[in-house]
Amino acid sequence: MDAILLQILNGLDKGGAYALIALGLTIIFGTLGVVNFAHGALFMLGAFCAVAVKAVLNIQMVTIDPTKTTPWGAPMEIRQPYVEVWFGDFGTTLLDFSVPVSILLAIPIMLIIGIAMERGLIRYFYKRPHAEQILVTFGLAIVLQEIVKSYFGANPIPQPAPDVANGMIDFGILVGFEAGNVVYPAWRFIYFLFSTAVIAAVFAFLQFTTFGMVVRAGMADRETVGLLGIDIDRRFTIVFGMAAVVAGLAGTMYTPILSPDYHMGMDFLVLSFVVVVVGGMGSLGGAVAAGFLLGILQSFASMNEVKAILPGIDQIIIYLIAVVVLLVRPRGLMGRKGVMEH
Amino acid sequence: MSEFKITRRGLLKSSAAAGVALAAPTIFSSKAFAAGYLNEPTGKTVTFGFNVPQTGAYADEGADELRAYQLAVEHINGEGDGGMLNTFSSKALKGNGVNGKKVVYVTGDTQTKSDAARASAKRMIEKDGAIMITGGSSSGVAIAVQGLCQDAGVIFMAGLTHSNDTTGKDKRANGFRHFFNTEMTGAALAPVLKKNFGSDRVAYHLTADYTWGWSQEGSIKKYTEELGWKTAAAVRTPLGAGDFSQYITPVLNSGADVLVLNHYGRDMVNSLTQAVQFGLRDKQVNGKDFAIVVPLYSRLMAQGAGENVKGIFGSTNWHWSLQDEGSQAFVKSFGKKYGFPPSQAAHTTYCQAILYADACQRAGTFRPSGVGKALEGFKFDGLGNGPTEYRAEDHQCFKDVLVVKGKENPTSKFDVLEVVEVTPRAQVEYPASLLGGELGPYNDGK
Repeated sequence: MDAILLQILNGLDKGGAYALIALGLTIIFGTLGVVNFAHGALFMLGAFCAVAVKAVLNIQMVTIDPTKTTPWGAPMEIRQPYVEVWFGDFGTTLLDFSVPVSILLAIPIMLIIGIAMERGLIRYFYKRPHAEQILVTFGLAIVLQEIVKSYFGANPIPQPAPDVANGMIDFGILVGFEAGNVVYPAWRFIYFLFSTAVIAAVFAFLQFTTFGMVVRAGMADRETVGLLGIDIDRRFTIVFGMAAVVAGLAGTMYTPILSPDYHMGMDFLVLSFVVVVVGGMGSLGGAVAAGFLLGILQSFASMNEVKAILPGIDQIIIYLIAVVVLLVRPRGLMGRKGVMEH
Repeated sequence: MSEFKITRRGLLKSSAAAGVALAAPTIFSSKAFAAGYLNEPTGKTVTFGFNVPQTGAYADEGADELRAYQLAVEHINGEGDGGMLNTFSSKALKGNGVNGKKVVYVTGDTQTKSDAARASAKRMIEKDGAIMITGGSSSGVAIAVQGLCQDAGVIFMAGLTHSNDTTGKDKRANGFRHFFNTEMTGAALAPVLKKNFGSDRVAYHLTADYTWGWSQEGSIKKYTEELGWKTAAAVRTPLGAGDFSQYITPVLNSGADVLVLNHYGRDMVNSLTQAVQFGLRDKQVNGKDFAIVVPLYSRLMAQGAGENVKGIFGSTNWHWSLQDEGSQAFVKSFGKKYGFPPSQAAHTTYCQAILYADACQRAGTFRPSGVGKALEGFKFDGLGNGPTEYRAEDHQCFKDVLVVKGKENPTSKFDVLEVVEVTPRAQVEYPASLLGGELGPYNDGK
């Protein structure tokens, strides 16, 4: 029982990341009709916003210690971050909180990247076949990856969570288990709460604002909205930027869980597409539900008891579920009629 | 009137002849075939082929290998400060190239993919006339390229490859490995584990699901079970899984008190980081402190895991903090040129380039069989690992093995590991027959 509870918890943070990426993918697909294979790269760029913020905060004052030399004969350097030199304890705290602080940078940066991507490249492909959209966005993803690699290298770069969130939360005690049996890293739980908050904000924005209403109307019938004199293209550009921000924030906050490297986006991209398809193309609720569902099922499939019966199931479970769902419900769990069917 | 008559036998014969001609690799039709052996150098230079990951997950390690090769070429050609050539016990190389020829090099990108690595090695052999191929950062790649070099007829000096199979069941006469293997890791690590954690322990393995992972898991299980440890479970994880949390949580309540991470590179960084996040390093099980073991450490990768490596045991082929004359000469030479200390990947590849050049010089030829004979049973010292021997039976180097631990108080970002024990060579030696395989005959490419 405690093992099951642990795997549910495990699925929640992973599912949160899947859901956030899939949500952005679905928004872009629903509004612009573009299959964006560069979406994983946006997740990766968000993660590297955290890396960049930490690198900037960590710019160090270098003093030479003339009494010591390195093993290769160069004078020994003593390094201390400028923020610590200038601000003392506050500087140390700022460095410790570099991941949450980087959200402040990630929002505007990802918005600009998203809008630039849409205006500079994607809009030329609206009326082109999906295959061409996939090729160009996939190519863009590779270009972005290589740019990041040339600046930051190929190795993962650790981004620790703030000290205060480094501990464990004992969920076992809450539900009557022995202490220490169902423990879960605090940051992962924070990530789950964060992802649900972002998802709620996106839904509220689309549901309760005039802008959101126009976007929803545009998703339902772009032509009629255009005929009413509304510049739907401009709004869709902003929606693309918003989807980029959602993917970026998912990446920024995920860095303490997975040390970022240039390739991390690709790993999430394929899974997120499966999530979109299982949830139903164009269905925001479906994307979120499928994200969490697949995250949890993936965790369950990795349990030794399950693997003893079906060896290797952990590696194919997501695709197996996709096959079953598409056979039983060809439009996905919550798919709308008419999307991707012409 | 002449009659053109096709007989069944004639048709079969000509089909067979045409088939053989078509199936023959292009290598046999290259200009090199005309010489006494494949790519025999006829001008004033001889070309080495450095096949390292320049893109992909191990690109940083590959870049360090390439730096080391460039340094080795400089030293062989008599440029720079000479590095470990000054401390190397063999004095055959005089700093004027090899066999009177200046060494030049070409590079290939393995991408840490077997097919890409084979393609780049093939290109260097066929198009660039490389006399020897060396490098790489993965056992899968090393075994694939070793097979290609054997078939083509050039020597392969393996880079960073730790699987037993490279000089075990997949060994080839044309292939040579300086790096240690999982069998040696098990033999070196087990006594240190016993000393620190006792002999009543229950281990849980998470293993990368490919040749190196299986080899590593097998060796550690064998040696820890000999100590009296039990194995709770050995779980295979997909390569590049990213998030290992679903594999780590079952460890929490499995009754195991040691987690062995048979992961390397990015997988190691992620699984170790996540295991520490799940509190395993600070946990108490069966009344004992929980322990994590990373059997194969790489300093470059350990940097990626940051503070999480603190206090965690593993093994490594070489470390820049070693105080012997050879290591110090190499660190000084490398550090002066690049501004930071070399990794173990850089060290093993530098050694391989020097050892190959030295063997050619001693043999007086670049012919693979001649060079191979010069390497077989070659005993040397001064290259940073103490007295070493290239064993004739399996072309594996035997030398001391380092057991290391993540440093508690690092003084710089390079200073992440501390050497806790130098395991003597005698303790890690095993009979060549243990790992199976056949070297077969040398192939000179003709």
